Amino acid sequence: MRGILSWGTHLPYRRLDRSTIAAIAGTGGGKGYRTVASFDEDATTMAVEAARRALSAIPEVALGSVWMSTVAAPYLDKTNATTVHAALRLGTDVAAYDTLGSVKSTVGAMRAALSSDAPALVVASDLRGGLPGSGDETNGGDAGAALLFGSDADAPLLAEFVGRGVATEEFLDRWRTPGDNRSKLWEERFGETRYAALAPIAWKAALATAGVDAQAVDHLVVAGTHDRANTSVARSLGVRSEAMVDAMSATVGNTGAAAPALLLSAALERAEADQLIALVVLADGVEVLLFRTTAAIAGFVPARSIATQVACGGSIAYGKFLAWRGNLTVEPPRRPEPARPSATAAGRARDWKFGFVGSVDTEGEVHMPPSQLDAERRPMAAALGTIATYTIDKLSYSLNPPVVFAVVDFDGGGRLPIELTDVDAAEVQIGGRVEMTFRRLFTSDGVHNYFWKARPIRDAVASSEES
Amino acid sequence: MASHGIKDRVAIVGMGCTRFSEHWDKGLDDLLIQASDAAFTSAGVTKQDVDAYWFGTAQSAMSGIALARPLQLEGKPVTRVENYCATGSEALRQACYAVASGAYDSAMAIGAEKVKDSGMQGLNAFPVPNDGTARTLTAAAMFSMVAPAYAQKYGVDRAHLKRVLARIASKNHANGAKNPLAQFRKEMSVDQLCAMPAVAGDLSVFDCAGVADGAAAAIVVRAEDAHRYTDRPLYIKALSLVAGNGSGLMDASYDYTTFPEIVRCAQDAYAQAGITDPRHQFAMAEVHDCFTPTELVLMEDLGFCARGTAWSEIEAGSFDLDGDLPVNPDGGLKSFGHPTGASGLRMMYEAWLQLRGDAPEERRISTYGERDLALTHNLGGYPGEMVSFISILGTSLG
Repeated sequence: MRGILSWGTHLPYRRLDRSTIAAIAGTGGGKGYRTVASFDEDATTMAVEAARRALSAIPEVALGSVWMSTVAAPYLDKTNATTVHAALRLGTDVAAYDTLGSVKSTVGAMRAALSSDAPALVVASDLRGGLPGSGDETNGGDAGAALLFGSDADAPLLAEFVGRGVATEEFLDRWRTPGDNRSKLWEERFGETRYAALAPIAWKAALATAGVDAQAVDHLVVAGTHDRANTSVARSLGVRSEAMVDAMSATVGNTGAAAPALLLSAALERAEADQLIALVVLADGVEVLLFRTTAAIAGFVPARSIATQVACGGSIAYGKFLAWRGNLTVEPPRRPEPARPSATAAGRARDWKFGFVGSVDTEGEVHMPPSQLDAERRPMAAALGTIATYTIDKLSYSLNPPVVFAVVDFDGGGRLPIELTDVDAAEVQIGGRVEMTFRRLFTSDGVHNYFWKARPIRDAVASSEES
Repeated sequence: MASHGIKDRVAIVGMGCTRFSEHWDKGLDDLLIQASDAAFTSAGVTKQDVDAYWFGTAQSAMSGIALARPLQLEGKPVTRVENYCATGSEALRQACYAVASGAYDSAMAIGAEKVKDSGMQGLNAFPVPNDGTARTLTAAAMFSMVAPAYAQKYGVDRAHLKRVLARIASKNHANGAKNPLAQFRKEMSVDQLCAMPAVAGDLSVFDCAGVADGAAAAIVVRAEDAHRYTDRPLYIKALSLVAGNGSGLMDASYDYTTFPEIVRCAQDAYAQAGITDPRHQFAMAEVHDCFTPTELVLMEDLGFCARGTAWSEIEAGSFDLDGDLPVNPDGGLKSFGHPTGASGLRMMYEAWLQLRGDAPEERRISTYGERDLALTHNLGGYPGEMVSFISILGTSLG
């Protein structure tokens, strides 16, 4: 029996109020909010955050492979999944693969993971946008989501894989040539018609392999970039209306390659034991995966639920959003641009740089970065800390000035002066609690400099409504 | 294991110092020639008379060739020295040890920095290839963390402490206004300074050292030979250096109200020179006022006043030009800017002028004629991770 062993999600902290778009772009915008990846986040960092949460539930699982899926690949040629692999501190015997470029990649990675002979982690992550004022900019969202697939021999299954259906077809619905910062769309009706024709084929095949009918479906997830097709296909499948899983359009947006994993996670978070979940992906054809939850799901608490993350957002001004996305060129800091990190130095410091592992000396003091003189290593990525003191630096080179910087004392020992992120300067306080997060500090000569920052631990009190 | 020092074994017999400024019309070579010529003249020697050279520069050049070429030195040993903001002081320290060892009869220590050719604000370090995980915070931001920590520890209201810090800047600007070599020659009132917008923590641009080009040089010989060059040599009483290991950054008990490297360095220097009462034995001190909170903490770390009292001593004017112990009588980094390689020797140049009575009367220290020892101090790095240098200089032996 194969199926889902765990999941974890990451929604970026920043939320764009869609009603603020039209005043500046002159067009576009709408109701509700979309998630916005921070200036220091990309598909890889969001994948790392989601994957950390998925693995935190079963850290000892004997992972065979990790698969990263995105349209917004930080690197081509070089594998992005190896960065995720390093941040998760996986062994050299764990494979790492990218499935890149198309929204459909994610469901493909899931299919590969479901037919693997060892536990396989699928991490889908995407940043969605388009030209200012476009529908893709308004309706898109940024997120990462990770699903750990395996067999009941590896760990208790939370949901068993019970059926699948496929209907593949070449047609031009949306497209982007490499290097473009936007996608283009054919007349909407054409894509909607093709998905309407292909969905029944995949749907019937999936129901047949599972031996169930549509009325048996308890949770229906439809993921795809064609919002109208998503809605019309969902209505056409004959499932009960209460089975529809909210696509989070009003709070997150359409997260592209991340959506199948994120919305399947959302279904799992609302599912009870012995319920049927259908994932329908509309992406250059239709793919259907069916899962039946087990009794174990009742005891599974996700590391940070989607609902909690939806509730914990901070606003971002549209102008800053444009700047972060490279759609508004702002005055750069009048400081030298940082040099590219050294590949060899980064390679030697792999466990520190990507895994945030310090060391402990014979007197018990934690060294970050680790000291070569210490025998004991101390993983610090999961450690929580308290702000001992802090400062606001308006002079330092930053893609998002001012830099907020804190001296952090970690629970259980260790102190590090480190940059804060997902934070407004005015809210920082001595004694504030922080957690570590994997980020992209800057990019130089095309080299993404990944390392860790601290960010405030937020509960459900803060709301995206405040802006 | 011991730190014996070289008290009274080496003397400075000539010094030179350029104006510190945005020298758009002068390059490194011009600054080196100007400072060294002044030092040669001061000591009454030629470049050929000087046996060896130590050249301190942090970022303006790489090797001794960068001094040998502009001065057209023939077959001389020239060593380039770098140790962050203590670079110029380190050049003197090496030159003194070389003379004390007997290896050479005379040596020049020269420090220079051409900062204003970068096109960027502030000081910018060479990018050493690295793993990309090092902090990129500015020094201003790192030192800005001292002020709130000090305020909290000693129960000083933060707004009050801001005025104390402005008082430091105001004092140093007042001293600099009298000094023709200083970059900034304008007096600044506490109210003016407090009105400046913050750029790092509570610090404004005027809480930070300026940025300038400059050079300074000293010629050292064995103490017993000093009177062949001058009637009024400055004897080396102590030279101390401590390089921190960065433990303050990792130590949860470190509270950002003191710099342990400097406390250690002062202990060593005072032992070398036999100083027991720094507040009353020194005629003056030149300290590393890279940021105003730095000078605040230094008054306590150097033992000029008791812990927790520097803020009130500063308000009382204890360290003013006419105070109990004049600190930064030349205007300090605040008025001079901070050409890294030159600053340490610039401080010694002020001791050279003041202790020998060469400083003009309008900016003469209150202690002149009563005390004959001066302290100069540099630090480089950040709270928790710094190098510290202290020299003690005096006009008489013993």
